Amino acid sequence: MEFLVASAIGILTAGGIYLMLRLRSFPVILGISLLTYAVNVFLFTSGRLTIGAAPILAEGATAYTDPLPQALVLTAIVISFGMTAVVVMIGLGAFLGSGDDHVDDQPAPETADAEGRS
Amino acid sequence: MSLFFIVLLPFLGALLPSLMNSAGRAAVAGVTFTVTLAAFVGLLSNLPSVLAGEVVLAQIDWMPLLGLNLTLMLDGLGFFFAMLILGIGLLVIAYARHYLSREDNMGEFFTYLLLFQGAMVGIVLSDNILLLLVFWELTSLSSFLLIGYWKHLPAGRQGARMALTVTGMGGLAMVAGMLLLGQIVGSYDLSVILQNRALIQADPLYLPALLLILLGCFTKSAQFPFHFWLPHAMAAPTPVSAYLHSATMVKAGIFLMARMWPVLAGTPEWVMIVTTAGLITMVLGAVIALFKHDLKALLAFSTVSHLGLITMLLGTGTAFGAMAAVFHILNHATFKAALFMSAGIVDHEAHTRDIRRLGGLRKLMPVTFTIATLAALSMAGIPLLNGFLSKEMMLEEAYGTALFGVPWLVPALATFGSLFSAAYCFRLIGHVFFGPVRDDYPAVPHDPPAGLWLPPALLMVPVVLIGVAPFLAEPFVKLVTASVLGDVADVPSAYFKIWHGLVPALYMSVAAVVGGLLLLAMFNPALRFWEAAPRPEAKTIFEAIVEGAARLAQRLILPLHNGAFSRYAAIGTLVILAAGAHAFATGTVGAPTREMQPVGPVPIAGWLMLVAATGGMVFMHRNRLLSLVLIGIVGLMVSIGFVFFSAPDLAMTQFTVEVVTIILMLLALNFLPNKTPVESTVLRRLRDAIIAIAGGFATFGLAYHYLLREAVATPISAFHLANSYKGGGGTNVVNVILVDFRGFDTYGEIIVLGIAALLIYALTETLLDGPVRARLLNRKPDQPRAGDMHPMMMVVLTRVIMPLVLLVGFYIFLRGHNEPGGGFIAGLIVSIAVVMQYMASGFSWASARLRYPYHGVIGAGVLIAGLTGIGSWFVGKPFLTSDFTYVRIPPFEKFELATAALFDLGVFLAVVGAVMLSLESFSRLARRAHVPDTEHPMDIDPSRDDPPVEKAGHAKEGV
Repeated sequence: MEFLVASAIGILTAGGIYLMLRLRSFPVILGISLLTYAVNVFLFTSGRLTIGAAPILAEGATAYTDPLPQALVLTAIVISFGMTAVVVMIGLGAFLGSGDDHVDDQPAPETADAEGRS
Repeated sequence: MSLFFIVLLPFLGALLPSLMNSAGRAAVAGVTFTVTLAAFVGLLSNLPSVLAGEVVLAQIDWMPLLGLNLTLMLDGLGFFFAMLILGIGLLVIAYARHYLSREDNMGEFFTYLLLFQGAMVGIVLSDNILLLLVFWELTSLSSFLLIGYWKHLPAGRQGARMALTVTGMGGLAMVAGMLLLGQIVGSYDLSVILQNRALIQADPLYLPALLLILLGCFTKSAQFPFHFWLPHAMAAPTPVSAYLHSATMVKAGIFLMARMWPVLAGTPEWVMIVTTAGLITMVLGAVIALFKHDLKALLAFSTVSHLGLITMLLGTGTAFGAMAAVFHILNHATFKAALFMSAGIVDHEAHTRDIRRLGGLRKLMPVTFTIATLAALSMAGIPLLNGFLSKEMMLEEAYGTALFGVPWLVPALATFGSLFSAAYCFRLIGHVFFGPVRDDYPAVPHDPPAGLWLPPALLMVPVVLIGVAPFLAEPFVKLVTASVLGDVADVPSAYFKIWHGLVPALYMSVAAVVGGLLLLAMFNPALRFWEAAPRPEAKTIFEAIVEGAARLAQRLILPLHNGAFSRYAAIGTLVILAAGAHAFATGTVGAPTREMQPVGPVPIAGWLMLVAATGGMVFMHRNRLLSLVLIGIVGLMVSIGFVFFSAPDLAMTQFTVEVVTIILMLLALNFLPNKTPVESTVLRRLRDAIIAIAGGFATFGLAYHYLLREAVATPISAFHLANSYKGGGGTNVVNVILVDFRGFDTYGEIIVLGIAALLIYALTETLLDGPVRARLLNRKPDQPRAGDMHPMMMVVLTRVIMPLVLLVGFYIFLRGHNEPGGGFIAGLIVSIAVVMQYMASGFSWASARLRYPYHGVIGAGVLIAGLTGIGSWFVGKPFLTSDFTYVRIPPFEKFELATAALFDLGVFLAVVGAVMLSLESFSRLARRAHVPDTEHPMDIDPSRDDPPVEKAGHAKEGV
């Protein structure tokens, strides 16, 4: 089981990094989202994996899951939504403003346009 | 008055001039004057204690662990400088009121001036050297603003930049030096440091600390070889020059040398460095000053020269030298400020400062002539004026000082410098005021109104008074000297008097004055010789150095920082990998301590789906819609994974966030291209793949490694499990952690979330106001629109389930404390219910029924959470202490009431507001692009089956 979770984290990270290194904003944002999953799961597993343990205090329960990483990850999930929304908005604004969704600065064209670029 | 007020007054008062700018120039100057006067009176109220020899202290602990406290100290030396700063400040303010023209923004000027004044007072009153450094940097910054006040003048901007570069660089050196000093002593308090002379001078770090601190002092006080910035700073308005370069800024370095005198002075290194630098500066400044034609440049170099003189006196390391230095600081501040102001008056009235175009002003401007002549004669060292007294003391001290083992070197150079000093003073009087009246002045000079000549005239009072009756200044100078010397030496018993008898200093003084007159008599041949002599131009050298540094920085940084995000991301990933690899290679890895848990078929199936979806995203990311679907699968698998690993709260949160994220991405994708074109080369994709796989392996290794081992330190989770019910009154430990144990974190998080939503809103507003608006209005959708904009089935369905979803949200919220749920999850669920209405019935329909703006909802959430936290103050508990009780209302079971639930309500509202505001902002963009939008929720768009209009037009054109 541990191997499966760890490899899932690794695969999510690899996919995330690869997409993050793309040149257009949309794949980059998706890549960062994948990385977010990887990081959240990674943080969550810092409480070690517990299957079938009680998450809620109850009488007679013998084993509990580690609540602390869960609380940390819960807020991380919500915050990462906020951050994704801001990044998407910035990417969208850049695309609408310039008609170009590259994440890298584009080299100035050899022949300068008559209109002049800013 | 408390020392804090004296320092704070100028800073607080700095707000007023700019605010009152519209109230008129007199009001602005008046309020600045009042603020300074209040600080001055406050300072004087401490005079009795200072005269009694006490040290006034004021302390507030700021960051005690760092040794950084707000400690202020007022002794004789601090009082002396604060008096100069505030006293001359008053005169300068009065002068500037009349000097600045109507085109100048007076509020801005006085704001900068007060900021500068506050920073200077802060320097001289600080008892903590770290605090002193803060004020020290503030003077660099505020003087930059003041010197560059005339922004339209290139010279002003360049001068300001040069001053900032040189003094800022020195300031950095000084930070290092002061930290070393603090390390040696083990305290950052001046009062402690000044007691540890022997300890400091015996330490091996003494020399580096000394060099670094002196670097700071020398750059600030324009000592050779950093003297070049001061003349260029003369591009500032004259009041600034009079203030900064006579009494304050350039004296800051001198002040610090005097302040540190007891612990740093007296060693051979100190004498060698400080005396030499002072001597060179004094001679060089005097020689250059004589040949300057710009009145202010002449005064600037004479300032450089006099600063050198004071530095040299401090450098000799004797008590008499220190006393002479203190006396000369006082005298120099009075006559030099008056001279700068006089130069400003000449410039103001004659419209030129070029000495070659002036002359004969004696008859045209008798008042200015009197003031300037008195001040210049004092500077030349003529008896019965105060400059004579301190110059005599300087020469006497120089006579007894041997440098490099040569007894005649210092006296000879001091006399030589004094000779040139006398010569330029005589030149100033002779070439500006004497001679025939000319008929080619740029403007007809006449004496200015009293507002301009009164401030320098007031300065003449101490010049003459001290000059005639030196015993008046003696007790005060000796008091200040006592606080400079500390416990190291006794105040010299020498009396201040005009006639000392036929001593060597007198002969040197006479030689200087006579020599000065002779030099002026043969000024023209000397000038020709000077102009023929080659000499380095400081500005060119400085600019070459700055340019070289900039080029070097560009060569180092640009290859890494070239505007390509993917490059930064790649570099960042590699650096993190390298750091991890280093940690792994140097750390110790123990054997696994946990058993691997068995795997069933269901987890394997889930794992396979997750891997397949991720792989699909990587290989098919060019189809953007498809990759969005795939990331949905990934999210779903992660949520299910959370369920599987006993984390129901996480699963619910992840699942609901997934829904709103996908909606958000869809809204964005509506505008973005649907395909990502192939752009990068195969080689580049290979490189990215290698980096990605390396990163994946590293995280896999890390996760796998620690999943099989117990935590090194005992986790604190046991505490939370044990206290959740007892202390927080809830059985859902995760929720209790969020709203109770770590409530303050959560409070911060909802604020961040709110800020993110407001940022999105603001960006949308900006886009809709800007040029993008037209583009959106003219946008042609790249996909065919649905004929049925608001499908009836969906409208009906969403409306029917709306109350149900709200009920679920309410239930999830209420049970959150004891069962999986809570404010975050309930907020997301309710947001989804509302978003569904938008999607099904349309933006206009939904917004028309919106009663509360989402900004308000966010605000209400943060406020409720905050007020809940504050509530605990009323029962004397810290912020966000929660309380709970159990109540029973008859028909119901016994239930719990907790303040944490109120806090959770705040969380809930903030989440709803933030999610809705973000999604609404995106939809507003979409709405702008697809007008018309009708009020009616159910409608059919009949135009869909008609031939598109622009196609018909296009066809016509083709024909």
